[in-house]
Amino acid sequence: MTDPMSATRSPLDPEHGRHLLLQMLRVRQLEEKCVELYSAVKIRGFLHVYIGEEAVAAGVLETLSPDDAVVATYREHGHALLRGVAAGAILAEMYGYAEGCCRGRGGSMHLFDAATHFYGGNAIVAGGLPLAVGLALADKMAGRSNVTVCFFGEGAVAEGEFHESLNLAALWQLPVLFCCENNLYAMGTALGRSESQTDIALKAAGYEISAWAVDGMDVLAVEEAARRAVDAVRSGGGPHFLELRTYRFRAHSMFDPERYREKAEVVRWQERDPITLLRSSMEAAGQLAEEDWAQLQADAEAEISAAVDFAEAGTLEPVEELTRFVYSERSAP
Amino acid sequence: MKSSYREALRAGIRDAMQRDPGVFLMGEDVGIYGGSFAVSLGLLEEFGPERIRDTPLSESGFVGAGIGAALGGMRPIVEIMTVNFSLLALDQIVNNAASLLHMSGGQFHVPLVIRMTTGAGRQLGAQHSHSLEGWYAHIPGLRILVPATLEDARGMLWTALEDPDPVLIFEHGSLYNVAGELDDNAGPVDIDTAAIRRPGSDISLITYGGTLPAVLDAAEQLAGEGIDAEVLDLRTLRPLDEATILASVTRTHRAVVVDEGWRSGSISAEISARITENAFYDLDAPVGRVCSAEVPIPYSKHMELAALPSVEQIMAAAREAAGARG
Ligand SMILES: Cc1ncc(C[n+]2csc(CCOP(=O)(O)OP(=O)(O)O)c2C)c(N)n1
Repeated sequence: MTDPMSATRSPLDPEHGRHLLLQMLRVRQLEEKCVELYSAVKIRGFLHVYIGEEAVAAGVLETLSPDDAVVATYREHGHALLRGVAAGAILAEMYGYAEGCCRGRGGSMHLFDAATHFYGGNAIVAGGLPLAVGLALADKMAGRSNVTVCFFGEGAVAEGEFHESLNLAALWQLPVLFCCENNLYAMGTALGRSESQTDIALKAAGYEISAWAVDGMDVLAVEEAARRAVDAVRSGGGPHFLELRTYRFRAHSMFDPERYREKAEVVRWQERDPITLLRSSMEAAGQLAEEDWAQLQADAEAEISAAVDFAEAGTLEPVEELTRFVYSERSAP
Repeated sequence: MKSSYREALRAGIRDAMQRDPGVFLMGEDVGIYGGSFAVSLGLLEEFGPERIRDTPLSESGFVGAGIGAALGGMRPIVEIMTVNFSLLALDQIVNNAASLLHMSGGQFHVPLVIRMTTGAGRQLGAQHSHSLEGWYAHIPGLRILVPATLEDARGMLWTALEDPDPVLIFEHGSLYNVAGELDDNAGPVDIDTAAIRRPGSDISLITYGGTLPAVLDAAEQLAGEGIDAEVLDLRTLRPLDEATILASVTRTHRAVVVDEGWRSGSISAEISARITENAFYDLDAPVGRVCSAEVPIPYSKHMELAALPSVEQIMAAAREAAGARG
């Protein structure tokens, strides 16, 4: 189901357009740096980058309030960054250093940050959805007007936890926004090879949840749809669901030889690069001068390069701390 | 011939597919992607998509379907990417696969094989690194295999498929790239007995799977210190080959169990209990144990290493047992 309101688009405020461009550029540059650092053996384990999908996190997170909660997957560096986790703390985490947002214990797939209500960083496909339902349940029971936003890939749609979570959220009318990042592949499995019904928004509608499919390469469309959905959720309208149609430009992880898709398909999608799309339309409208663009890039570069310096200067958590935090630390009576 | 552990597993799958048209492999990304750890690479081209069957991300669903297909007369091999994800299928494995035969009064057999990766050491963090095979060994109705060598990687699968009951095979992630010589005629192996990988007279070092290389390494170094260690590879965690364990301990009078699982409520605890129950008066020292630290496995390299059994810890435990007065 496409968003019935998608035709109504308010004119873009150039200031805001530049802000969204910067947000996407920050993620792009962070991710490109991650790939470079992985090759340099600074980052280890599994690394999943978000290059190509930046408009989704940028558009959706733009619409949240500081007290709202965010749940994400192992492809979450961009979500963490745009939610307000410092780039340095993110990179230091991937270096495995104590200065990382989880003391180096989580790594790339497990970024968490209590201050920004960023609940991770879940590497079990669909594992975050029930958590989001519970966070929303707590908000509802406590009478708080927060929204919980839950990001997950279209691969998660096949898991039981997806269906159980949507049903619970609808049944209890919980303040949660489900954001399905449909990049067409779950590792090597194309959506059409894993779902009998590939219209994902329709599945959500089957649970009586208002659901729209949105062009996930168009950050303005994402933002607009997310704003309406978040407003509806916050004002007691029950759970909402966005299917964000996007594409990952890079391999699933650093171990993926990409045997399952044609290079030409990737190139076709790259022509709809979300950063280029917004940049070109702003340039065409005379809203982005050459120097503006250069400035945005320089700003993002400066931030990421400072983050690398921060991570490089990191230290190892002492081994004696290994057994800390298996259980909660209680202060002496 | 030269073979890696991964290639030996693949040869075992190919062999089973050729022997029995009822055998098929299913799991996430086993086909077009080539297997998340490349075990099934190339098999799709050889056997086609019916028998090298990609599944959606539905662990409970496709493991349950494997159980159903086994009930229906097929011989499914179900691959789960890692043991952590098998927890989504725990209901099907425990409540159906392991229970159906008994619950049905002996009427319904479940000749299903489930393969999965286990273990840490690759900085994959807490949701991809655990060693839960000992947990599964708690469940009556299941047979639990832990191949540590090329021969076992090659040969355990067919024997498992011939078993009329569900068999779980745990492949330690650190072993896939281990390479060596594998006999050209390598074929099915028994799945009932433990193996002595290094004979010795002073102490029995009992282990399995991913920790076997470290234990063999420790045994070599201990020899230099005048401690002649016997290394026992359990191969099967359920049912345990108690006879081989007890025979070894009765000869050496000392034992250390090395297990990447956690210590509390573990397979190492079970082995230690069996030794003290059955060979207490043959022991010259308390049974020692080297296990993983009781923490979710952390990402950072130094912390991950600190959490896992090390050669030094194994040697220290062996020295302590050997030094104890008989
Ligand atoms: C329960 C579970 N099964 C399997 C995996 C292995 N795995 C990790 S990511 C992934 C693909 C998920 O695809 P999707 O949900 O579409 O998200 P994307 O990676 O495309 O962002 C798979 C199969 C896992 N992490 N968890």
